[in-house]
Amino acid sequence: MDMHILLQQLVNGLVLGALYGLIAVGYTMVYGVLGMINFAHGEVYMISAYATGIALGVLSFLGVHSVVPLLLLTVVCVVVVTGTYGWVIERVAYRPLRGAPKLSLLISAIGVSLFLQAYVQLSQGPNPQGIQPVLPGAFRLVLGAGEDNFVQVTYAQSLIVVFALVSMAFLSWVIGHTSMGRACRATQQDPRMATLLGINTDRVISTVFVIGAVMASIAGVLVTINYGSFDFSIGFVVGVKAFTAAVLGGIGSLPGALVGGLLLGLLESVFSGYVSSDYKDVFAFTVLIMVLVFRPSGLFGKPAVEKV
Amino acid sequence: MKLLTTRRTAMCLALASAAMWSAVAMAQATYKVAIAGPMTGGNASFGEQLRRGAQTAVDDINGAGGVNGKKLELVIADDACEPKQAVSVASRLVEQDKVVAVAGHFCSSSTIPASEAYAEANILMVTPGSTNPKVTDRKLPTIFRTCGRDDQQGKVAADFIVEKLKGKKVAIIHDKDTYGKGIADATKSVLNQRGVKEVIYEGLTRGEKDFNALVTKIKGAGVDVVYFGGLSAEAGTLVRQLREQGVQATFMSADGIADKAFVTSAGGNANVKGVVMTFGDDPRSNPAGQTVVAGFRKAGFEPEGYTLYAYATIQTIAAALKGSKTTGGADLAKWLKSNTVPTVMGSKSWDANGDLKVADYVVYEWKADGDYAKLAR
Repeated sequence: MDMHILLQQLVNGLVLGALYGLIAVGYTMVYGVLGMINFAHGEVYMISAYATGIALGVLSFLGVHSVVPLLLLTVVCVVVVTGTYGWVIERVAYRPLRGAPKLSLLISAIGVSLFLQAYVQLSQGPNPQGIQPVLPGAFRLVLGAGEDNFVQVTYAQSLIVVFALVSMAFLSWVIGHTSMGRACRATQQDPRMATLLGINTDRVISTVFVIGAVMASIAGVLVTINYGSFDFSIGFVVGVKAFTAAVLGGIGSLPGALVGGLLLGLLESVFSGYVSSDYKDVFAFTVLIMVLVFRPSGLFGKPAVEKV
Repeated sequence: MKLLTTRRTAMCLALASAAMWSAVAMAQATYKVAIAGPMTGGNASFGEQLRRGAQTAVDDINGAGGVNGKKLELVIADDACEPKQAVSVASRLVEQDKVVAVAGHFCSSSTIPASEAYAEANILMVTPGSTNPKVTDRKLPTIFRTCGRDDQQGKVAADFIVEKLKGKKVAIIHDKDTYGKGIADATKSVLNQRGVKEVIYEGLTRGEKDFNALVTKIKGAGVDVVYFGGLSAEAGTLVRQLREQGVQATFMSADGIADKAFVTSAGGNANVKGVVMTFGDDPRSNPAGQTVVAGFRKAGFEPEGYTLYAYATIQTIAAALKGSKTTGGADLAKWLKSNTVPTVMGSKSWDANGDLKVADYVVYEWKADGDYAKLAR
């Protein structure tokens, strides 16, 4: 077993896992406050990929060419656009159903997902879109003699890991130490009681949707820069994987989303590297089932208490 | 009991004849012909080619006076390359739209289940793009194709790998779909016959964007040729990640990457340069189709990939309707098997299975300008 291959597989898994983690945040937070799975979340991520492509195009047309301002401005634009989508989706598709059975919310979510896919397909065309490489180049750690004996992390990949860790740390701080975060936690624990104590739960829920969309949009920017192409159907597979990560980590738990994402990414990478990429999903889901057998609420989840 | 059965049969007969009457009444106005394929979904760019090709063919035929004095009417059907949807689309075309013939479907995994429905209803089906051998090997009497077969294509690819690329360490990757795995297996079996044993044989998941783990594995195996069976979105992403990790192995694939989406998902012309693929001899260069090709370009659409295959498929259906003067699938099929049809891609004739008598696969190379050109043999 070559050392550089193993290390490279770990890097691959880490990058993939960081992306899963960023998107899993949206699933886990919405589940926390509403108790529903927002199936439209993958599509929010897909929209952010398109927003990234458009923002990069417009900014380089306006003459922004150096990498750092280009990236920062793109992130700002995409976060604003995608955050707005998150807010509007909640407003239009979920708020009217407040108090309705959970199943209605779920069906509404599936409807939004189909709508967004069709909307992007019709307005942007069915073909894959691509961007010119923004951040070419890579860090290479040479391990010894031999032409191929190195581990490589492209600049875009290192950006993914850094962004994921920083934004997760920042989000954890917001949830743990600000009054808005306290309101989120209160709504998660008991929405009715939170309302009685003067918390505007509708606004909290809107905020949570915007936060989820913002995290997905950061993932969207990073993915677009790293993989360079996107189409209207990319939200589905990634959405399923991120949802799996959220369940693995314990749905409703913020650190669980990141840990679940990283674990899923690493498992997939190492398994497809050393066993078979045909069965990597089978393997990942087997691990998920094993975890759920022994810890039904996931790695970091709290057991659900029936409220009487 | 006996009486009951007879009465039921009589009722069925009455209903069936009523249905036939209405079919005849409708058929009198126009011939309804369907184009079925992935109009939405991840392969919608191929669906666009089919729709454009078929629509233009129908317009041209109608402009020239139609068939047997009737106009053709095109019904567009979307299967999204999903087998389940393909089956329901097929039964809708048979029962509701009452089409006389179907041009389609595209993905072999959709064509195979859908063709059962057409064969049962005695409706002619001609696929412009499904190359899996099973499409015609089941010997359904009314199923044809205007493209080649994967085993023919796989042989051309394997010969090229052995003779021209002199590949020693070959990795075979496929997308686990009927088409992708079929073409990969066809190539693999000829390679093995010629004494080349692949070092990696694996499938990846359609719709994913990160194949880095697989790429690292390919890199670790020191591969010099990567053969991929699949479609452009995954092929482009795979070739991009191979180059990013510094793997310079020759990338080879088949007709599934013959569209511009391959360049887009590969991240630009630099990454596709040197990629080779097998594809039918470019129909755009066929002298029989120059006016039609010029017409497409004038309308602002480059007739790449399967556009002209769809056009030729509609021409085939129209020729059969005209030649046999009927709409029954079995009669149309009989006519096609004993006649030659002049199409936009040259003259085509079919064997008893519904396969083309002559398949014309050649090897193309992608160039630095983001287009592909035929390699000298």
